Amino acid sequence: MALLSNTAVLLGKELRTEFRSRELLTTTVVFILTIVVLFSFTFDPSVSDSRRFGPGLLWLAFLFAASLMLQPCFLREQNNDTLSALRLSIGDPFAIFLAKLAANTLFLLFTQVLLLPVFSILYNVPVLAAFPQLVLVMFMGSLGLSVTGTALSAISAQARMRELLLPLLLLPLLTPVLIASTEATAALLVPNPAVRWDWLGFLLAFDVVFLTALWLFGEYLLEE
Amino acid sequence: MTTASFTPTGIRLENLDKRYGGLYALRRVSLEMSAGECVVFAGRNGSGKTTLLRIAARLARPSSGAVSFLSGSGEKNEAPPPTGFVAHATMVYDELTAEENLLLFARLQGIAEPAARADMLLREVGLEERRNSLVRTFSRGMRQRVAIARALLNEPAVVLLDEPTTGLDPQGASWFAQTLRRLRDSGRTVLMSLHSESEVSTLATRAIRLDAGAVVADTRTGANFRSILAFANA
Repeated sequence: MALLSNTAVLLGKELRTEFRSRELLTTTVVFILTIVVLFSFTFDPSVSDSRRFGPGLLWLAFLFAASLMLQPCFLREQNNDTLSALRLSIGDPFAIFLAKLAANTLFLLFTQVLLLPVFSILYNVPVLAAFPQLVLVMFMGSLGLSVTGTALSAISAQARMRELLLPLLLLPLLTPVLIASTEATAALLVPNPAVRWDWLGFLLAFDVVFLTALWLFGEYLLEE
Repeated sequence: MTTASFTPTGIRLENLDKRYGGLYALRRVSLEMSAGECVVFAGRNGSGKTTLLRIAARLARPSSGAVSFLSGSGEKNEAPPPTGFVAHATMVYDELTAEENLLLFARLQGIAEPAARADMLLREVGLEERRNSLVRTFSRGMRQRVAIARALLNEPAVVLLDEPTTGLDPQGASWFAQTLRRLRDSGRTVLMSLHSESEVSTLATRAIRLDAGAVVADTRTGANFRSILAFANA
């Protein structure tokens, strides 16, 4: 119970500080919109092109956005050494990870849901027919990006070449998530959309494995 | 200070070593601080003061050796005591107000009535009129007041202060000295590190000098109080 209540308190803090500073959301939304708009004007894709390449492009944009969003996740705690204050205040540091993970997932999902209509208009791909299923895929994919990214952000925040380290570690580790998310999204953008439970199951397994690892070893990631 | 509801606690450090790679930050430090003592650690930059305090706060793990906490009668406590930690960094969020910061940490610490506790501490540190201002709009002295209020939320038996007066103007340092006096007189065990001799250092009941991670002088073993602090000034 203490874990959940501490997570809720910390999630409230994450949301409040972000909506006050709007640092992450503004940067990410602008970045992701720029990518999608630029690609649409550069390639001028047909509907069939969009259905083939659109999901990959979308998830690539989400990946870059995630690496941008995840970088400051633990770095911000170092500015005033607030991470030490959190560690002194709570018994189970997993709550810190859970709150950051939940906040990152929400921010990413918010960005993705904002982007879907833009993508639909610019690439002539209808998304309304399978919108709830798309949101489910985006949620599972975002969770995968966030679980891995939050853990790696904690590691890289204490390293010397931290700006370089996070993308270096993140990109190869997230390849399976990207493949699964892209395949699941592609299946929902065709004229007869279908939910690919096999890829969703894979995403769920990935999320569970990394979440368990974070729960087991998270404390060590925060140590000096 | 608020009415004491803490258990007096001493600290024992046994053969503490802390290495970062091949570099020793602490080297065979063995000390015992009795409950209610107010100890000042002096020494140059890199002498190990901050590392020692962070290990005592359980924020860092020693490479070898042990930290234990003692009851008033000198017996080892199994559970670590509530600890308050104030560092040069404020350890509060700039994007939250003073009150929101205190409520956040009070809730995380499971304090029964967080709003009442935050309210009382804001009055004690003289920030009740700025309670709804964002911390980023505060001066260094005001930020330090929030930091002290945060450190005292859980009625700590042990208070650790890492160069708490750095960056404070004379008025701020004087306010801090009064706060420290009240902390000391309330019976809390206070460990602090200082760069130089000041109004604050004169409140200590014991001074220890660290050099290259080792204890080189201690008033308990006969060293002169003023010479320890004067050496740190040098």
